[in-house]
Amino acid sequence: MSRSPAFPLSADGGRTSGSLLAGFLSSDLPRSKVLTVILLAILLALAATPFLFSGSLPLSTAAKICVFIVLVASYDLLLGYTGIVSFAHTMFFGIGGYGVAITLERFGATWISIATGLFVALFLSALLAIAIGLLSLRVRAIFFSMITLAVASAMAVLASQLSTITGGEDGLSFQLPVELRPAFRLLPEPVLGVAINGRLIAYYLLFFVALLMFLLLLRIVNSPFGRVLQAIRENEFRAEALGYRVVAYRTMASVVSALAATVAGALMALWLRYNGPDTTLSFSIMIDILLMVVIGGMGTMYGSVIGATLFLLAQSYLQVLMDAGSKTLAGIPVLPNLIHPDRWLLWLGALFVISVYAFPGGIVGRLRQAEQ
Amino acid sequence: MPPSAVAIPALETRGLTVRFGGHVAVDNVSCRFTSGTLTTIVGPNGAGKTTYFNLVSGQLRATSGQVLVEGEEITLLSPSARAKRGLGRAFQMTNLFPDLTALENVRLAVQCRAEAGWSLFRVWSGRRDLIEKAEEVLERVRLSDKRHVPPKALSHGDQRKLEVALLIAMEPKVFMFDEPTAGMSVDEVPTVLELIRDIKQRKDATVILVEHKMDVVRSLSDRIIVLHNGALVADGDPAQVIASPVVQEAYLGVGAANG
Repeated sequence: MSRSPAFPLSADGGRTSGSLLAGFLSSDLPRSKVLTVILLAILLALAATPFLFSGSLPLSTAAKICVFIVLVASYDLLLGYTGIVSFAHTMFFGIGGYGVAITLERFGATWISIATGLFVALFLSALLAIAIGLLSLRVRAIFFSMITLAVASAMAVLASQLSTITGGEDGLSFQLPVELRPAFRLLPEPVLGVAINGRLIAYYLLFFVALLMFLLLLRIVNSPFGRVLQAIRENEFRAEALGYRVVAYRTMASVVSALAATVAGALMALWLRYNGPDTTLSFSIMIDILLMVVIGGMGTMYGSVIGATLFLLAQSYLQVLMDAGSKTLAGIPVLPNLIHPDRWLLWLGALFVISVYAFPGGIVGRLRQAEQ
Repeated sequence: MPPSAVAIPALETRGLTVRFGGHVAVDNVSCRFTSGTLTTIVGPNGAGKTTYFNLVSGQLRATSGQVLVEGEEITLLSPSARAKRGLGRAFQMTNLFPDLTALENVRLAVQCRAEAGWSLFRVWSGRRDLIEKAEEVLERVRLSDKRHVPPKALSHGDQRKLEVALLIAMEPKVFMFDEPTAGMSVDEVPTVLELIRDIKQRKDATVILVEHKMDVVRSLSDRIIVLHNGALVADGDPAQVIASPVVQEAYLGVGAANG
């Protein structure tokens, strides 16, 4: 068995810039021109958000999109690639959030606190994922789902009850290391009219960690290991007969997915300078994740980018859009009421039903199909 | 039986039995399969042939009795652990990965044999060695031109060939074929038989075949075993077994001609 360098590897082994890109994307290209354009647009928009838009809402939305891309991609590894339905994904998201929140609050606003919190959180997540996996994955897929639901609920109760450590329902607010505080100035002068402050550094920290995590997950689903996961999804019985220990592979998949969710949780807490049950642990986030995976396209990884972006943009801007629409239509009967900003959830719901109905393979699935 | 005996059978079952409620599906079957031999298991429908295979390859747990591979007991091991010990199985009902391409199907078997499944951070297409090996196997079953077609889009005959390809790619010590030619068109059968003959000619391979077609059985087998109502009722040289009264009665029906 020859061992060639682990990073840029293309199917042909060529060393052009194309193969370098293929290496970064693990030879799993978007396979659709429209999809490529959309993905590039999202990447560039996220990279340039601080310079393109002013105000805190665009930046907060962009940061949330970065975090959720990782969260949703890691869930896709489980649901789309391995065919496991877990309801404990927000638990791992929460563990990451609480990990850095608790250490930053208790041991001071230092980078060492962040590293310690993240490390402990990753360790705890891996331990829990292994325990849940080994206890339940050998039985039945549905049993695993039930167990994850039970454990996640128990964790949520625990987080709200252990209020001396977790802050209970109020959550924890904390200070970030100096370099990430809004008052910190990296450069004395603004660049392109934007102050290079700690908030900006925090955003780019999120952006690059999220990008790296996404590429890592893309690599894992395209590795020999990732192909085994797909084989298990398609025919677990045959995968076992070929000699793959299905339980071990499934457990490993849930560990990888849990670790990525933990990192995402830590990023979320760092961005918000706060962590509480509603920001990382709540079950409604779990439902959001499910929707984002399905809308984007299960088992495609790129679907998580599209799904998270679309969903969070709608969440942040649908109300604004409807408000504007409602005002323009003032005077006409019924219509302004129908698109009153208070009805935004109704319209969001309608959008999802329509998109799931129109694109059963998700948006990525639809775009790839159109290309053929 | 001393383990140092001259010929340890590649596969052996001792008193293998499985009961479903009151029904005994496989009844106290003791049998040894030696290297380089092609054994065919025959018997009427419901005789327990596939159930016997399931007990051997681990899809089903035996009620009593033992399964041994090269003298080592594997009765309690999982199917994947048995596969690792060298038991390879092709299924009667086509049992593939329907949405992955034919090449990926075979590559998964090759990859498992190469123990490369736990590689998380390499791109799978970077493992040229595994792909070349998979291409080779596809060539052997004459499916090279359909390497990028997923099984769900293949004809039944091609699916059967792919099933055989997966078994070949596993490189087991014991090859278990469950009616490999079932449902194949007449002109596709010779390809598969040729493959099985080819496997048998490799010195160390042990081949066990479940087959109904008598002409196939006669042309391939070194030995025939007859199962009837889960029990082993005849075992021996093909011509002799086929001619024996017990087979005439159990399998072919009394008075059936089989010239």
